[in-house]
Amino acid sequence: MSTTTLESTTTLETVTRGRIRRGRRRRTVLAVLAVAVVAVFVVSLMVGQTFYPPGDVLRVILGETVPGASFTVGELRLPRAVLAAVTGVCFGMGGVTFQTMLRNPLASPDIIGISSAAGAAAAFGIIVLNLSETGVSVFAIVAALGVALVIYLLSFKDGVAGTRLVLIGIGIAAMLNSATSYVLNQAGQWDLQAATRWLNGSLNGSTWDETVPVLVALVVFGPMLLARSRDLTMLQLGDDTAAALGTRLERTRLVSIIAAVGLIAFATSATGPIAFVAFLAGPIAARLVGPGGSLLLPSALTGSLLVLAADFLGQFAFDTRFPVGVVTGVLGAPYLIFLLVRTNRAGGSL
Amino acid sequence: MTSDHTPTAGGTTAATHTLAVEKLTVGYADRVVIESLDLLVPPGRITAIVGANACGKSTLLRSMSRLLAPRAGHVLLDGREVHRMPAKELARTLGLLPQSPIAPEGITVADLVGRGRNPHQRLLSRWSAADDRAVAAALDATHTADLADRSVDELSGGQRQRVWIAMALAQQTDVLLLDEPTTFLDVSHQVEVLDLLTDLNAARGTTIVMVLHDLNMAARYADQLIALAGGGLHAAGEPAEVLTEECVRTVFGLDSQVITDPVSGKPLMLPIGRHHVRSAAVM
Repeated sequence: MSTTTLESTTTLETVTRGRIRRGRRRRTVLAVLAVAVVAVFVVSLMVGQTFYPPGDVLRVILGETVPGASFTVGELRLPRAVLAAVTGVCFGMGGVTFQTMLRNPLASPDIIGISSAAGAAAAFGIIVLNLSETGVSVFAIVAALGVALVIYLLSFKDGVAGTRLVLIGIGIAAMLNSATSYVLNQAGQWDLQAATRWLNGSLNGSTWDETVPVLVALVVFGPMLLARSRDLTMLQLGDDTAAALGTRLERTRLVSIIAAVGLIAFATSATGPIAFVAFLAGPIAARLVGPGGSLLLPSALTGSLLVLAADFLGQFAFDTRFPVGVVTGVLGAPYLIFLLVRTNRAGGSL
Repeated sequence: MTSDHTPTAGGTTAATHTLAVEKLTVGYADRVVIESLDLLVPPGRITAIVGANACGKSTLLRSMSRLLAPRAGHVLLDGREVHRMPAKELARTLGLLPQSPIAPEGITVADLVGRGRNPHQRLLSRWSAADDRAVAAALDATHTADLADRSVDELSGGQRQRVWIAMALAQQTDVLLLDEPTTFLDVSHQVEVLDLLTDLNAARGTTIVMVLHDLNMAARYADQLIALAGGGLHAAGEPAEVLTEECVRTVFGLDSQVITDPVSGKPLMLPIGRHHVRSAAVM
C-alpha cells in the first residue's frame, strides 16, 4: 500500500461534485420550503368567512385602508398568520437543537417536558397571577429553564444518557400537564378555549400583543443558535470526536440550551405547546435536505409550514373548527409510535 | 496554516512537535486512574500504549488530547498547556480518533471526512478548494475514494474504520492520537490500518500515539512501547527493551515466552496458559 500525498484528480472531482450536489439539494429544498411558507401564509390571509383577493391582502399589508379587509385581514387574520409562522420557526429551531444536541429524535422539548413547563407556567401566570404579556414570557422561560435543569440533574449519572433523559422527561411532561389541568380547574376557567390552548396549543383569538414578544425572542435567540450551527452539527459525531475537532462542548451546550429554551418558552407562552411541531420539524427537514449540514434553517421553515398549514386545515378543512394543536397532534402521534416501535426492535436503546 | 502539509505555526515541522506529560494525575468522579505520570512522546515516531484492561490507557490518551482535565500535572504540546490552548488551534496540531465515534445517520463518506476540516474553518468562511483537496487526499490515502458517495451506515467494519481514519487525516494534524484503532477488525484489516498509519508516519512525519490491545501488533508497528500498570508507567522504550517476559508478568499477570518474530525481527510474545503448553516451554 502506498501513500498518496497528493490527491488524485478523479477523487478531487468526486469530492467537489458530491459537495456541490449536496449544496444544490439543500438550497433547492430551502427555496421550496420558503415559497410554500409564503404561499400558505398568503392563502390563510385570503380565505375565511369572506374571501379577499391577493390584491386586497397586499394593500392591507402595505398599510392602505380597504373597507372590511382592513379589520378582518389586518386585525384578525394577519396577527394569527404571523404568530403561526413565527411560533413554527421557534418550535422548529428549538426542537431540532435539542434533538441534535442529545443525538436523539425523541429528545425534543415537547416530548421531554420543556414545552409543558413553559405551558404550565404561562397558564399559571395568565390565569392565576394575571401577569402581563412580557411577565408571562419571562415566567415561562424561567420555568422551562428550571425544568430543563431538573431533567438534566435527574438523568445525570456518569454523564447524561439519552434514554434516561427521555424517559424522565416524559414523566415530567405528564406531571406538568396535570399541573396545567389543575390550574385551569382551580381558576374556574375550565372552558374549551383555555384548555385547548394550554394543553394542546391553539391560535384562536391571536392578537398583536401576543405576537410581538415571540418576534422579539426570535430576533434575539435565532441568531444565537445560527451562530452555533456548525458546532451543533459537530456534536452529532459524539462528544469526544467533536471536542477533538475543536468544538467547545460546554459553551456550545450552554448557549444552545438557553437559546432553544428561550424560543420554545416565548412561543409556548403565546400559543400554548402546539403538539409535536418541535418533535416533527427536525426529522422532516432532515429527510428533505438529506444527511449532513445544519438542520436549523430547514427545520425553522418546516416548523413554520407545519403550523401554518395545520392551522389552516384546522379552521377550514372540517365541519368543526379544530385548534392547530389538535391537527399537529394527529400528525405527530403516528410518528412518535413509529419511533418507539423502531426503538423497541433495536433492542430498547433509544 | 494555508497550504496542505507544510510546517505549522512557529516554523516547526511535523517531526519537531513535542508532546510531554508531566506529573499527570487524572481520574473520574471518585477514583484516580493515573497518578503522577511522566512521559515524553518521541516526535515523528509511532508510539503504542499497552497495558491490561482498565489500566488507564484510554484515560491517558483522553487527557493528552484534553478531553479530560488533569487533577494535577500538565500535558504540554510544544511547551504549552493543552488544556489552556484555544480549541481550534489545538485541533489544527493534535488530532484524536476516539474509540467509538458516532456517524450521523445517513451521512456520506465524503461528508463525514469533510467534518475533519472543522478546525480549519471559521463560522462564515466558505468551504474552500483546500478543504476539497484535503478530503480527496485523505480518501486516497485510506483507499476509500470509491466509497465517497456511499452512506457510512452501509459500510463494513473495516471500511468504516478506514473512513474514520480518513476524517482524522483530513484534519491534517502533525500529531495524531488513536484509541484502539484496530478493535473489532479482523486480522487482515488490522494489518491494513496499521500499515496505513505507518505510511502516514513515513510520508508526513506525523507523530502517532495509539492505544493497542494486541501486544504483538504493538511491538511490530511501534517505534516506542509504553507499558502502563497500576496507574503509572511500568516501562517505556523500544519494543525489544520493553516487551520482556518479566514485563508481561507484571503488566498482565501472565506467564509468557518472548521470542524474536521471524517475520519482523521484533519481539513476539507467546502466552503460557494452563493448557496446551508443552512442558519444555515452562522451563
